[in-house]
Amino acid sequence: MDVIEEGRSRVILKENGVLNATACDYPGSYTFDDTWSHEKFKKIFSVQIVKWNEREMEFDLIGIHAAIANAFRRLLLSEVPSMAIEKVFVYNNTSLLQDEVLAHRLGLIPLKADPRLFEYRQPGDEDGTEQDTLEFQLKVKCTWNTNAPKDSTNPDDIYKDHKIYTRHMKWLPIGSQGDIYKAKDVGPVHDDILISKMRPGHELDLKLHVVKGIGKDHAKFSPVATAFYRLLPEIILTRDVEDEQAERLQKCFSPGVIGIEESKHGKKKAKVLDARYDTCSRNVFRYEDLKDAVKMGRIKNHFICK
Amino acid sequence: MGEYGNENMVRDWQSDPKKLGNPIKPIEEKWKLVSAFLTVKGLVKQHIDSFNYFVNVEIRKIVKANEKVCSDADPLFYVKYLNVSVGTPDVEEAYNISKSTTPHECRLRDLTYSAPITVDIEYTRGNQRVARNNLLIGRMPIMLRSSNCVLAGKSQFELAKMNECPHDPGGYFIVKGQEKVILIQEQLSRNRMIVEEDRKGGIQCQVTSSTHEKKSRTNVIVKNGKYYLKHNTLQDDIPVAIIFKAMGVVCDQEIVQMIGTEDHIIQRFAPSLEECHKANIFTQNQALRYLGSKTKQKRFFSSAPKKSPVDEARDLLATMVLAHVPVENFNFKMKATYTALMVRRVIQAQGDTKVIDDRDYYGNKRLELAGSLLALMFEDLFKRFNWELKMIADKNIPKIKAAQFDIVKHMRQDQITNGLVHAISTGNWTIKRFKMERHGVTQVLSRLSYISALGMMTRVNSQFEKTRKVSGPRSLQPSQWGMLCPSDTPEGEACGLVKNLALMTHITTEVEEAPIIRLAFNIGVEDVNLLGGEEINSFQVYMVFLNGNILGVIRDYQRLVRIFRMMRRSGYINGFISIYAQHQHRCVYISSDGGRLCRPYIIVDKGKPLVKQQHIHELMQGVRNFQDFLNEGLIEYLDVNEENDSHIALNESYIDPQMTTHLEIEPFTLLGVCAGLVPYPHHNQSPRNTYQCAMGKQAMGAIGYNQRNRIDTLMYNIVYPQAPMVKSRTIELINFDKLPAGQNATVAVMSYSGYDIEDALILNKASIDRGYGRCLVYRNAKTTLKRYANQTYDRILGPLVDAETKKPTWKHDILDADGIAAPGEKAENRQVLVNKSMPTVTLNPINPLQAQPEYRDVPQVYKGPVPSYVEKVMVSSNAEDAFLIKLLLRQTRRPEIGDKFSSRHGQKGVTGLIVEQEDMPFNDQGICPDMIMNPHGFPSRMTVGKLIELLAGKAGLLEGKFHYGTAFGGSKVADVCEELVRHGFNYQGKDFFYSGITGEPLQAYIYSGPVYYQKLKHMVQDKMHARPRGPRAVLTRQPTEGRSREGGLRLGEMERDCLIGYGASMMLVERLMISSDAFNVDVCNQCGLLAYSGWCHSCRSSGSVSTITIPYACKLLFQELQSMNIVPRLTLKNYCD
Repeated sequence: MDVIEEGRSRVILKENGVLNATACDYPGSYTFDDTWSHEKFKKIFSVQIVKWNEREMEFDLIGIHAAIANAFRRLLLSEVPSMAIEKVFVYNNTSLLQDEVLAHRLGLIPLKADPRLFEYRQPGDEDGTEQDTLEFQLKVKCTWNTNAPKDSTNPDDIYKDHKIYTRHMKWLPIGSQGDIYKAKDVGPVHDDILISKMRPGHELDLKLHVVKGIGKDHAKFSPVATAFYRLLPEIILTRDVEDEQAERLQKCFSPGVIGIEESKHGKKKAKVLDARYDTCSRNVFRYEDLKDAVKMGRIKNHFICK
Repeated sequence: MGEYGNENMVRDWQSDPKKLGNPIKPIEEKWKLVSAFLTVKGLVKQHIDSFNYFVNVEIRKIVKANEKVCSDADPLFYVKYLNVSVGTPDVEEAYNISKSTTPHECRLRDLTYSAPITVDIEYTRGNQRVARNNLLIGRMPIMLRSSNCVLAGKSQFELAKMNECPHDPGGYFIVKGQEKVILIQEQLSRNRMIVEEDRKGGIQCQVTSSTHEKKSRTNVIVKNGKYYLKHNTLQDDIPVAIIFKAMGVVCDQEIVQMIGTEDHIIQRFAPSLEECHKANIFTQNQALRYLGSKTKQKRFFSSAPKKSPVDEARDLLATMVLAHVPVENFNFKMKATYTALMVRRVIQAQGDTKVIDDRDYYGNKRLELAGSLLALMFEDLFKRFNWELKMIADKNIPKIKAAQFDIVKHMRQDQITNGLVHAISTGNWTIKRFKMERHGVTQVLSRLSYISALGMMTRVNSQFEKTRKVSGPRSLQPSQWGMLCPSDTPEGEACGLVKNLALMTHITTEVEEAPIIRLAFNIGVEDVNLLGGEEINSFQVYMVFLNGNILGVIRDYQRLVRIFRMMRRSGYINGFISIYAQHQHRCVYISSDGGRLCRPYIIVDKGKPLVKQQHIHELMQGVRNFQDFLNEGLIEYLDVNEENDSHIALNESYIDPQMTTHLEIEPFTLLGVCAGLVPYPHHNQSPRNTYQCAMGKQAMGAIGYNQRNRIDTLMYNIVYPQAPMVKSRTIELINFDKLPAGQNATVAVMSYSGYDIEDALILNKASIDRGYGRCLVYRNAKTTLKRYANQTYDRILGPLVDAETKKPTWKHDILDADGIAAPGEKAENRQVLVNKSMPTVTLNPINPLQAQPEYRDVPQVYKGPVPSYVEKVMVSSNAEDAFLIKLLLRQTRRPEIGDKFSSRHGQKGVTGLIVEQEDMPFNDQGICPDMIMNPHGFPSRMTVGKLIELLAGKAGLLEGKFHYGTAFGGSKVADVCEELVRHGFNYQGKDFFYSGITGEPLQAYIYSGPVYYQKLKHMVQDKMHARPRGPRAVLTRQPTEGRSREGGLRLGEMERDCLIGYGASMMLVERLMISSDAFNVDVCNQCGLLAYSGWCHSCRSSGSVSTITIPYACKLLFQELQSMNIVPRLTLKNYCD
């Protein structure tokens, strides 16, 4: 790869810093014609989904500029709407948690409700309508367990309802909501999130209003736990690394990145298997004798998004 | 710090075969001994021990010493105290009904946590002899967790029942609901000779004598080559030779023999003898007469028959001069020897300046604790109590009454009660008989955080004046090693004067002297009374001192010291008795007095520490405790003096078989409680640790398990406190991990925007949204409902209802039906919390015709720009039987720009910017820092400990364990790096980050990981202030001052100077007059005085009156001057011409 091409497409990880970190592949910066064209873009651009389940998604975004990839990341974090508890009406709270703290904890509970089916609540609207609000009730009272074994000191045995989980939240449909949604579609994502702990005599009686919002307003509205990407690592061995050095080299990278194969002379020789899952820890630079054998880079337009 | 020394030592041994012994294996987990020490002793054991000693032993001694009260009126009358005891704390609910109380009840109800002092007495009533038992003479405030406290020896569960936190150290008092600490007072040890240089460069020997009755200071000084004795009861300095003669040592030869017969000493002393001869004093009687003529006249004429000057002088010599040296039957031998020794020391110091004592040396210091201070106070009060009884008896016995005179009826208990309560609550210690007056002895226990409370309990206050600019008492003394924390001292004026105890320091209480004297004589000490001057000063003997008094002399001093130490180790004598030989003085000093600092050490015998690995195993198994180590003579306490006479190895590798006598238990114990929080303090620049010690006390966090039951005036808590990722042994020992004050923030060390200069921090908004740095601020509101002399009383009314809407008015919106704000309500500025009203007439009896007394509203109003929530309401009664209503108000605050944070390395900073999560940098793992710190904070501060904390914290996260940053130990950087590598991280702790704004990689690798951050109590919300216009002071009509009064911002003198320099005269007029206190006055141009509404009263004309604008303060000045007969006259000139 020539120097210009390398500068355009790779970040080089040196011992004490990163080379070519900023983009320089703007059209017209070089002698050759590199204007953006739809054709070229179509050819190199691709999205490959690596992993996709209910909680997590990993996909590769290849062939676009960092600014675009970053824009997606930023949008996911802060501008994609989701539903969260916003208003808590405290009718009774004799538990140890202060009203504000309890409300804050409730707000952070992830909910399943699909934000696309709801409107934003109008400013100044206190009560909410069935188009923009879901209502839950949390009404629990901790009591002594009368059937508890006599000598037990385990809180689980001697008290009833002393741990408040998300499963204690009860959905109260407003208007025709009961016909449109099913309870399991709008409830909390997990039903075992601990909200509070109580002791006999403590009581909670709350009404919770769930509204639609965006992450910019409060992190609880962010639909993702986090969204980030990393550049695809690229490891090039610039010389043969053999025997003990090879083993040492292998240890410097994540498992599965460097493989060792028998060379013709019966020597063990290191080779790069798959750099994708390397953590880029740069621990090779600890060894003076291995420093020169490796060139670490990352491909600038290959984003591994999670 | 020790590593290099280590190697040298090892090399030393190898090169020198004689020194080569078997290598000593380090004892593992030796720190468990510290933990064992603390479980036995507790962190504030000094306070509790001293109070226990006072309440159980010393109070008896005091009463015993003042046991008899007689009357001048009746020689047969007497009152004799047979016994005294202090009970357990209770409160008097009604007359003669009392119930046992708990500390927490006292805190809530503003009561004093005190117990009755009862005495058994025997006295005469008429001709009968009567005995009375359990007579109450007063109440003693009880120290928490002392032997008389209800908390003593209780389990966690029992403590919880009493609303008490198991981690609360105790050692303080609760007086009128306030927690008060009697600070440890440091002072020069009493009854010891100190040779020092006075201001003029002369040498003097000073002794401050102190006994239960007397306190006096005696000096031997040099003037013109002659020696004099100086004492505050004597008018002039008395030549020492005359003193000797007055003490019965008449012969000059005897005097010289006592002082010393070395040539240079005789030479120096000769002029003093000559002076005595010149004064024509040869006999004891002559000397006493001379002394008698020099005594100060007593100011008060005592009723006792006047004594002759000779008798008076003899009395004075016996009781006042060197009061601590006993004189029995006017046998002055001991005192003369003592005086001679003082002279001898001065002469020696004149020849050799090295002999001068160091005042700041910690062996010469004694610490006074709550027990001894209270003992002083109690003795004074008890004496006054008895004196008053005597006065009553004197007055009443001659009177003939129907009932027989019964002294018991005249015993008032409130004098002692109030005296003690008043002393503790104000901190003014006034002891009349010593003419002692001290202020600020007690302080309110700071409950800002657990650490601040703990730190206060270990604080040592020096008696030294703060204003004097001398470095000596402030600087770190080498003898403070291990006793006082080298880091924990405030900055500024009290720097070095206020100190803190180290972790393992113990302060001794007094030990009975008699058995020690017997033992010393048995070992072969020869009584000084039986010896002449020549024998005492012989070259072959060492003088033996016990607590500053001469005991005698001994030939084989080494044997004495050895036997004493042996006896101590085997438990025959008290473990806190110290003995050491001072070769320069040729003396052996034995101390058994209270207030000495001491500290446990492992005993080393023939190069082997006596504590073996097996002992530690037994300790961990629980079959052995710290006392066992002491009992078996494996560990002993050394005080500062003895410590300096021992060879103590820092660790096993330093042990030298020939020399070493002791082994340090753990080096980290040389730091105190506050410095113990700092991870890797040995890698930090020393002032940084000192800063952290000050800041740890301002950190918010949990203050105790009972924090939710407390109603304090101000309490800061954080919502989600965390135990630090990098702990230290001290943290575990003091339970900081159970009551933490801070949170582990993921920190990226990089620059970000411009809002991070000057130590400002960048916070992640998402982190704040999720609860980082969120804190609760509790305040209370308090009212009492009193009953007045005229049988009227305060009352509370329900909320005022608006006539139209039938709803409560806005001001009373949050009130419940009972007129007190309801829990859970939001109180806004100027809303009423308690709707109290008070009768207008409280003194005079009210008109009986008037059915209802008139009332005036005195509501308790909430003030504050930010609303609070009512958390709870308490209604109770206080000691005066008035209703007491306390409301607890709460605010929840999330961090905002300007809030102060600090790491544990003295690196404080304010929030400069709060950034959205998407703008924050992120790394390959998707980790986005909670906080960004600018790297410029490091080079000049040199807080390497913080860097290591970050690294160790990061490795700890990955490994799922806590790392240790214990001082002089802790996890090694190399091991930590290895752990990082194992988890696929860079060994330097630097990660590859992407900019959250552009999405591109950052050019540098970012050092990132968790650092424990404390949120400090300084928050913008409590400080921000601005005012467009607002209230003005009544007198001057200028804007008020200060945020609490909504005051203006002052344009001060220096700012004024700037404006003058700039020539902005109109601006000046505007700032200083128009925007402040502009006032229109009429001025008569004829007489120059102020006129009123266009009419000059002095000229009786309106001819030349004109109106001008001047500052109101200026007008006020003119009027005030006029009132002092100074007439300021104004001359007006038209500035146009």
